[in-house]
Amino acid sequence: MAKKTAVSFRLNQTPVDVLVEPRELLIHTLREKLATTGPHIGCETSHCGACTVDLDGISVKACTVLTVQCEDLDVLTIEGFAKGGQLHALQEGFMQEHGLQCGFCTPGMITRAYRLLQEIPDPTEEDIRYWMSGNLCRCTGYQNIVKAIQYAAAKLRGEAVATSHPLMEEVTV
Amino acid sequence: MIPRPFAYHAPETIPAAIALLSDYGDLAKILAGGHSLLPMMKLRFAAPEHLIDLGRIKELRGIDMAGDEIRIGAMTTERDIVASSLLAEHLPLLVETARQIADPQVRSKGTIGGDVAHGDPGNDHPAVMLALGAHLVLVGPGGERIVPASEFFLGTYATAIEPDEVMTQIRIMRPPAGSGSCYAKLKRKTGDYATAAAAVVLRMENGRCAAVSIGLTNVAPTAIRAEAAEAALLGRALDDAAIAEAGRLASEGCEPAADLRGDEEYKRAMAGQMVQRALRTALSRCTG
Repeated sequence: MAKKTAVSFRLNQTPVDVLVEPRELLIHTLREKLATTGPHIGCETSHCGACTVDLDGISVKACTVLTVQCEDLDVLTIEGFAKGGQLHALQEGFMQEHGLQCGFCTPGMITRAYRLLQEIPDPTEEDIRYWMSGNLCRCTGYQNIVKAIQYAAAKLRGEAVATSHPLMEEVTV
Repeated sequence: MIPRPFAYHAPETIPAAIALLSDYGDLAKILAGGHSLLPMMKLRFAAPEHLIDLGRIKELRGIDMAGDEIRIGAMTTERDIVASSLLAEHLPLLVETARQIADPQVRSKGTIGGDVAHGDPGNDHPAVMLALGAHLVLVGPGGERIVPASEFFLGTYATAIEPDEVMTQIRIMRPPAGSGSCYAKLKRKTGDYATAAAAVVLRMENGRCAAVSIGLTNVAPTAIRAEAAEAALLGRALDDAAIAEAGRLASEGCEPAADLRGDEEYKRAMAGQMVQRALRTALSRCTG
């Protein structure tokens, strides 16, 4: 076994230290050492996007990044989105627009959509489909995912959004 | 899927990276964006004992211009290329190509230098490098040498780069004013390699083809130039007959390998179609 390396980074704004073999992939460190199981392992071949995390302001697939590459970086996962029992606008959008069925792809979808909306606050449907193309969903046919991201984009821009979900009041401000 | 164990090195300067390569020789591999190498390591197709990550060498990343020459650091990501206003203005072909590579997350990590140096005929930049007449800067223990793209691609996964060399920069002369270009890529889905793709750089004078270069992706053991098609177009008006002939000549020059994307005949035909499509679009973008 190769010598282990100490790696320090910030996970959802909290400093963390881990001891890993150089070959350890970020997704395994997150899930197995840091109890952060929101990012999922789908294909493990950088196709499906279920393991998407935000790494220092860019979207990456955590199955194709080594943990040792993350020294001193900021890692954001789905666990970092809800604050004080209140959902993030994207989580609210996926709830309102039924942007999921089985939910397996959802953490990666939302984490990727977060970065997309940071870069393009007012995306067209075409923009959303192009910039979300690294995330696969086998349930929804994507229609409601697009609507969920449009909902979140509008809310984050400060526009009024219509909610009809019966439980929405409990999870939003 | 976990790679074989290896020792990880993250040098912060080019000389430090070269020193590591000199020390470890064939036991080492260079890690650029990692989106070809890490998957190969996970599948155990590659098992380097030493991995030398170039990600911490800041001078390897960036895009600038010196006169008419555009200089791109080898560790510049596809994401940086897609977002570059300098490239959008002076070398839109590279932006159009990068937009068609993989998906946003892969482009966050994948680099132009890695794409070129990997020597995979399915990668998109090699054909574009050929069409643009790019020069590749390679640095080793003995110093720097500059290799034209036309002499770089030797075979599948085989390039002119020596085991103790690092590609540091890609240099491309801005195409003359009025030139039009296009990268036309046929792929089955997002994230797939090209079934066939064509890069065209074209300049017209008085309605006739004054200069043209055509590079082809994934239809031979390396990226190739479609030289017969280029020769047939020179001096001609680009009417339907000329474009169709160029497509036919390009497809005849291909040596595709049959795989899940299609048999040889289909891939040859699609290479011809991509050449026609890229020529028509490049022509529409020519001015003057």
